[in-house]
Parts: sequence; structure tokens; C-alpha cells
Amino acid sequence: MTQLPANTERKLGLVIDLDTCVGCHACVVSCKGWNTENYGAPLSDTDAYGGNPLGTFLNRVHSYEVTTPEAAPRLVHFPKSCLHCEDAPCVTVCPTGASYKRVEDGIVLVNEDACIGCGLCAWACPYGAREMDPVEKVMKKCTLCVDRIYNENLPEEDRTPACVRTCPAGARHFGDFADPDSNVSRLTAERGGVDLMPEQGTKPTNKYLPPRPRDQLDSDIDVLSPFLAPIADTPTGFLGWLDRTLSKLPGGER
Amino acid sequence: MHPAKSIIAFTTLSGLGFGLLAWLGSGLADFSGWVGFTFHAIGLLLASAGLLFSTFHLGHPERALRAFTQWRSSWLSREAWAAASALTLMGLHALSVLNGTPVQALGLAGAALSLATVFTTSMIYAQLKTVPRWHSWATPALFMALALGGGALLAAQTTAAAPLLAAAAALQLIWWMQGDRAFRQSDTTLATATRLTPGTVRAFEPPHTGTNYLMQEMVFRVGRRHARRLRVLALALGYGLPLALLILPMGHMAALIAVLSHIAGIFASRWLFFAEAEHVVGLYYGRPQ
Repeated sequence: MTQLPANTERKLGLVIDLDTCVGCHACVVSCKGWNTENYGAPLSDTDAYGGNPLGTFLNRVHSYEVTTPEAAPRLVHFPKSCLHCEDAPCVTVCPTGASYKRVEDGIVLVNEDACIGCGLCAWACPYGAREMDPVEKVMKKCTLCVDRIYNENLPEEDRTPACVRTCPAGARHFGDFADPDSNVSRLTAERGGVDLMPEQGTKPTNKYLPPRPRDQLDSDIDVLSPFLAPIADTPTGFLGWLDRTLSKLPGGER
Repeated sequence: MHPAKSIIAFTTLSGLGFGLLAWLGSGLADFSGWVGFTFHAIGLLLASAGLLFSTFHLGHPERALRAFTQWRSSWLSREAWAAASALTLMGLHALSVLNGTPVQALGLAGAALSLATVFTTSMIYAQLKTVPRWHSWATPALFMALALGGGALLAAQTTAAAPLLAAAAALQLIWWMQGDRAFRQSDTTLATATRLTPGTVRAFEPPHTGTNYLMQEMVFRVGRRHARRLRVLALALGYGLPLALLILPMGHMAALIAVLSHIAGIFASRWLFFAEAEHVVGLYYGRPQ
């Protein structure tokens, strides 16, 4: 049913820490790996080893340069996947009911058996979170690893989305935003987590933690340089003797 | 946005076909017997050929019937209902005209549903906040004016067609002028997309070296180089030449030229409708506004 639920019991989603992300793309790879073997149609690659490789991904990492007048430009790695919006425009435009938002946990999913592959939901999404698979011809999107987080066949520590489980920097956090005491709610409150494109009115569940301001050193940065100044201009001792002797040889420096 | 041929053909031909059916159903264009039936057949053919084209861009056209289920929320589903019922009623109306006993109620309902179909088509685009150029009252206004004007031209309603086409031309100009400013005037920028403040944000590296579905479908840039020339062509062929021929006394040959010229011009206009439309996701890929 493509009408959005008025409210969901839980609001599962991710917190992405832009201060911590190192841009290694491990989340991209683990996401592709898990989701190509599990929920729904596999994520295809075409011409994977050729000149024009094209693949379906549910998570991609952009990199942006932020320039301010007072500091050196800084690079921010920016992972982006479905934000599981409360007012998801991708859900309401779907003509078949294939796109839906779950009442129990707020996850936005595609029932691939009902998807006609019209692509309107991808047009309606401002974040580029949905990609039509060119081989299966159905819409693919982040499932928040719905087949991991409730999967009792997995060890408990693996019952988080693949991207969160794999992130070596701890830049991705998974939890319930409906609970004000959850890890994700507290992180968002403490670090000033923000919505992407709030003006689009999508009310995204996922939050982004902005990079913390960098340290600014007011004093001389190069505290070791005084110790590196040459102490003696002319060598003494054995080196001094060697220098003088070699200089006396034909062709030597005077 | 990627200008898919199937969608351009669909919106152009269906708009024209449903426009013609609206004139025929309302009784404003009153033809009887075989002439009336032929006019109906042309309208039905154009409208259903357009609908058939639209299924070509579907990944799974065999599941198209499912598109009737979500009329409560989806304009695309409403379009499916409006189109199917308009075609059914106008098909029956065509038979009643051939039979010499036109049923007025059938025609009026069919005409209303035909216009409703064009409106739902336009709302599929106008509802998208992600494409500022489309997200405007002017999009349904232009689609409706084109259906009425083009329909009048096809239905040989020369007195009505001239002012309607002139109105459509005016709306087309307003739509272009509004559209050229729409992205800049929308609140969405790379700064709101990334929320990386303070400072200026620049897309430094894309997520991958090649292309992807999003870039091919929504960050499409082909043909903008020719946009100005195509606009002139669309105005001249779609509106100018048919208007000139309408003002002059029309023969059958001139009428045919007017119709063909109108269709060619609207094809150009509809191609630009997609090719010039910028999706906000382009910001993430560093596309300038």
C-alpha cells in the first residue's frame, strides 16, 4: 500500500558521522556483497571488467571539499544511502503499491514482485537513493538489511546492517530514533545531527553528524624547528680532518 | 532528465488524442455517421497508441495491471484509471455516433475523463518537488491548453483552435521563463544537500569512476547546446505555423499541414521538457544549478 503510515512504532535508521568517515568505501562493498546474495534480486554489474562498467549500488560514498576563508580546505567523505524518510515521496508516487513504508519499524522497502519498473520513485527521491537494476528491471534500494537485523540465525553482533557492521572507523550507527535514549538519538542530540535537504519536506530518519571544527593553533606550529638548526658550520674531530684532507686532494674544494 | 522516446511519444500523442476526444465527446465538435466515427477512431488511436508507447519504458510491462491499485496516493495510478475509463466511454460513444444515436451522457462523461487523463499525466510531473522546472502550476496549465488547442485543431474547430493555440503558446513561453529560473529559486543547493556549513562546498570526487543509473536517468545533459534553436523550432512549428494557417482560409491540405506541423513542434517542446529538466540529485554529483 503506497499510502504512508501516519506513525510508525519504531523509527529504525542510521547515524552517519562525517567527522569519522575516512572514505574507504568498505560500507559500499559490504552492502553490495550482502544485498546481492540476500533480499530480492541480485545487484547486477554489466561490463564489470570492460571499458564501461556499470553497477547497481544501494550505498555510495561521495567526497566534498569544504573551503572556509580562515582555514585550509578540508575533504569530507559523504556516504549516502536511503534515508528511510517519514514523508517518503518515493512511496506515494508508486502506482502499484510495490513501494511501502513498514508500520512496525519505518523501513522503506520495495516488493520486487509488484514493481513494474516505471522508475517514478527514483525520480521522486531527492537523494538518489533508488537505482533501477538494468538486468532485473526492478527498483533496488537500501533495505536497512531487514534480513540481518531480525535474523536469529546470525550471531547477535551481526544483527546490524552490513555497512554498520563493516565500518572500520565506527562512522555508522544503527538504532531506533523513536526511543529518545537510544544510541542514535543520543548521538544526534549530542553532536547536532542534521537532515539532508530539509526543505524537500521528506523528514528523513537517517541523520548526519557534521564534521567537528578542526583545532586551530595560534602559536608557532613548528615547535621542533629550533632544535633542527645546524649547530656547527665547520665540522670538527675526525669528520673535520677528513673534510680538510679530502679538500687538499686534486680537484678538491678550497 | 533522460528524454525517453517512449514517454515523449506518449505524452504528445495521448495529449492530442484525448484533446480531440474531449471535443468530440462534449458535442462541441459535432460530426455524425462515418465522419463522426472516423474522428473518434483517430482520437482513440492517438490516445491508445500513446498509452501503448508508455508501456515500452516499463521494466515489467506484464505487471502493468497492478498500476490500477494505488489511485488513493499515486497520480500515475489515477492516470491509468482515467485513461482506461475515458477510452472505454469514448469507444462506446463512437459506436453510438456510428449508429446514428449518439448518447450525450456517454460523450460528456468521456470528454470529462479525457481531460482528466491529460491532467493526471501533467500532475505526474508537476508533483515532483525534485525537479523544480516541472514543479509548477504552469505544467498542468500547459498540458491542458495543448490538449484543448491541439484537439480543436484536429477536430477542425478553426474558430476555437486559434485562441486556444495562442493561449497555449503564451503558457509555453511562461513555462520556459519560469522554468529557467526554477532551480535557482528553489531552496535546494549543494549546501542544503550536504549540510556542510560553514564554507563553500565543492564536489571533489564522485563515488565511482564510471557512470550509474542516477546519472544516466536524472543527471542527463545531452542536447542543451541546441535548446535555444529547438525552442524556436517548437514555437514556430507547434504554434506559429498552425496559427497562421488557421487565420488564412483553410483547405484540407492546409489543415493537414497545420496538424503535422503542430505535432512536430510539440514533439520538440516535449523533448526539451525532459532534456532541460534538472533533478536536484545532480547537486550531489557537482552539477551546477
